[in-house]
Amino acid sequence: MTFSILLKRLGYGVLLMLGVVVLNFLLIRLAPGDPAMVIAGEMGGATEEMLSSIRAEYGLDQPVLTQLWIYISNVATGDLGQSYFFNQSVTSLIAQRIGPTILLVLVAQLLSILLGVFMGVIAARRPNGPISAFVSVFATVGYAVPVFWTGIMLIIFFASVFPIFPVEGMASIRMRNAAWYMQWLDIAHHLVLPAVTLAIIYLAQYARLSRASMMEVLGSDYIRTARAKGAGERAVLFRHALRNAALPILTVAGLQFGNLISGALLVETVFNWPGMGRLAFDSILRRDYPTIMGVLFFASMMVVVANILTDLSYRLADPRLRGKG
Amino acid sequence: MTGTTAQKAPEARSPAREAWRMYRRNLPAVAGAIILLAIIGATLYGTFFYGGDPFEIVWAPHEAPGATPEFPLGTDYLGRDIVAGLLTGGGPTLAVGAAAALITMIIGVSLGALAGYYGGWLDNLLMRFTEFFQVLPALLFAMVLITLFSPSLWTIAIAIGVVSWPQTARLTRAEFLKIKELEYVTAARAIGAKNGRIIWKVILPNAAPPLIVSATLTIGVAILFEAGLSFLGLGDPNQMSWGLMIGANREYILDAWWPVTFPGLAIFLTVFAVSLVGDGLNDAFNPKLRER
Repeated sequence: MTFSILLKRLGYGVLLMLGVVVLNFLLIRLAPGDPAMVIAGEMGGATEEMLSSIRAEYGLDQPVLTQLWIYISNVATGDLGQSYFFNQSVTSLIAQRIGPTILLVLVAQLLSILLGVFMGVIAARRPNGPISAFVSVFATVGYAVPVFWTGIMLIIFFASVFPIFPVEGMASIRMRNAAWYMQWLDIAHHLVLPAVTLAIIYLAQYARLSRASMMEVLGSDYIRTARAKGAGERAVLFRHALRNAALPILTVAGLQFGNLISGALLVETVFNWPGMGRLAFDSILRRDYPTIMGVLFFASMMVVVANILTDLSYRLADPRLRGKG
Repeated sequence: MTGTTAQKAPEARSPAREAWRMYRRNLPAVAGAIILLAIIGATLYGTFFYGGDPFEIVWAPHEAPGATPEFPLGTDYLGRDIVAGLLTGGGPTLAVGAAAALITMIIGVSLGALAGYYGGWLDNLLMRFTEFFQVLPALLFAMVLITLFSPSLWTIAIAIGVVSWPQTARLTRAEFLKIKELEYVTAARAIGAKNGRIIWKVILPNAAPPLIVSATLTIGVAILFEAGLSFLGLGDPNQMSWGLMIGANREYILDAWWPVTFPGLAIFLTVFAVSLVGDGLNDAFNPKLRER
């Protein structure tokens, strides 16, 4: 692993984020109506005083390129503007909400990869067996179910039939003064249903993908060698084959991240999970553009970071790629 | 070639007919097509037979399914007929899904074709552009576009198209990279065909099978997108839609399960049927893959 590759990736990431900032800027300008009014939010009935302070802050009386420059330099210093609905700076609003989203997305991602790959590996052993058939059916069904509806169905089931998991929010009020590990357990307890809901769609995809990838690898010479050496079935599957079948899975996991965030947005809304998706929903209802644009910025940044991490782990997993640009 | 065709003397059949023959024998794919046609038929002509305004309050709220024969699937939290909602709500969902898939294909195929055919700096530029769009979380970006330009069926379809083309562009580019090296393309160039003619008349028809499959799956994704957006309340407020039915009844799910369950089943069944058709087309166009 060379340092220069990391630098190159980071540089490209910064460039992509600059693109997102320019896009945000363009979107506000392209929206019908006075930009100052758009920024203030149409629901609020902005006062003339507020509008003139917005015009001053964003430099709206200056040439467009100067406006763009002001906007970019504000974002570069971490200033994404002021939310006139929440009466807070957008950056601090998002700082409160980004943790829960990252937690939800990462847990769902891990859950779907681990379970999906396990199912795929088992299915690949007998391509015409019942588990294989189940994986194919499950993958098609998982693709077709709207994620918000799965969430609602789980809420109905776990609220009225089998009440063992909380169906709303991230923490119980009665836990507010409990010991830290009790609070963590409480959050984990709340996390179960949202994470499972989000994981179900991708679980199916990973199962199908790892089944295909494993079937390809299981036909290769070194697997025959491993078997000839007398390696046990479990060692062949998980130590020899899976390691080589893992690369396409890793690639898809990286590409999937943006979709996962889109899914999280719906899941957070269904389960009242206090993350960025919920914030996006609330701010869209109020037409609070600075917040919406801030969420778009940070969500894109999460995708960029995830892409860089995927790229690095790809190089760690496959020695052949090390040192290649 | 594959077993069945190799045994008989090779008979000249058009690829499309061959694909249709394969498709017809594929039971899930035929079932998918029938379900899909039934759903389209029901949303087009259902209200003609059943009647009823989906927004009209016709009965007491939360009447359970089967309790009153007039309202077989019950009523929602305001007392609106759920069957009427299902029949009229499918139209916008399907129309937006189809239109969005069309827009996705137009943008994706054009950019992918240009990038793959010309290569060089144009390819580089277009691929960077594609990567940029892949960084934006699609649903969020679509929500932003719809909020900025106010929701109507057209803005929703355009927004979904604008956020979902990158995959199509990549697929088209890969196909073009592969096909442009083939001899018949060189032959077409040798007889003096212009670039535009080679792209649209020579390469594109040969790249069609995977693109048709991808277009089908894109319709499924677009339907899910539309449902998600209407669920969030970002659909056209004057049109009943399946997603809107779920979103509107969301607060009362613990009092009544049916107003959210049936529209969700409708969405699931539609997308499921679409993906069965897509898988069937995929198998029909790639008979070799099927044997594995």
